[in-house]
Amino acid sequence: MVDSSAIGRSFSPIHARVESGRLRYFFNTLGETNPIYRDPAAAKAAGFAGTPIPPTYLFCLEMMDTDNPFEMLEALHIDLRRVLHGEQKFVYHAPVVVGDELTLQSTVTGVTQKKGGAMTLIDVTTRIVNQRGQHVADAIRVVVVRNQEIAS
Amino acid sequence: MTNPVATPAVGSLIVNKSFPRITRTTLALYAGASGDHNPMHIDIDFAKKAGFPDVFAQGMLAMAMLGQALTDVVRPDRLRSLSTRFVAITQLGAKIRCEGTVAELLEVDGEKRARLALTAKDEAGDVKLSGEAVVAL
Repeated sequence: MVDSSAIGRSFSPIHARVESGRLRYFFNTLGETNPIYRDPAAAKAAGFAGTPIPPTYLFCLEMMDTDNPFEMLEALHIDLRRVLHGEQKFVYHAPVVVGDELTLQSTVTGVTQKKGGAMTLIDVTTRIVNQRGQHVADAIRVVVVRNQEIAS
Repeated sequence: MTNPVATPAVGSLIVNKSFPRITRTTLALYAGASGDHNPMHIDIDFAKKAGFPDVFAQGMLAMAMLGQALTDVVRPDRLRSLSTRFVAITQLGAKIRCEGTVAELLEVDGEKRARLALTAKDEAGDVKLSGEAVVAL
């Protein structure tokens, strides 16, 4: 079981480029038709410095551009079958636009045992910085680990 | 682009959008589009081994719907934070409705902001995501 000794563990930084082609796949999947996302001219006309990205897309960049999406689970010896996503938060400090090159650095910032040890909640905070060194956002997720027995 | 939250009233419903039914295709496409390759959402054999009757939606799929419903009415550069709790599993076949009401008006560092209370519910009205956004006015 993961305990508070995991707090402070950080994982390989992820370098991600915000690309319009991958964004189009996301938009098509979600039926996103907002022209400020899909049309750079519309974004410019609306006064954006660049083409903006949807509010949850930072999480996708982290997943897409990592060499190993399960690095944290492997490092903490967590069985993927036991994992649920409990909470997700984004705090935005500055705009992220298409073409940006981001660095995402994740650290375990909390571990809480729940229901007498039946569940462990792991807080992971990801600091996101752009190509100019500007701190653009933080993404905070709570990973729920179900510790009860499951069939193997 | 007009901003309907420019002069919001506390309690007013400003986010209100329904999405198409979530199918297995939706889950497969979202896995590819999001980079979330967790087999729990695309491989029924894996889901069963983990003790679930079937695959279920990525929490972030429903949160992406909430984000879309939100930025239909709020410019993304006015968004200061967005958070959700994944209250219950979003099942296959769910038709998600996203709603947001103005919960509070506040001022932070000289900027007028609104805190919106957000939900994503299925057709039965069961809450799947509960969260909030803070937007600059």
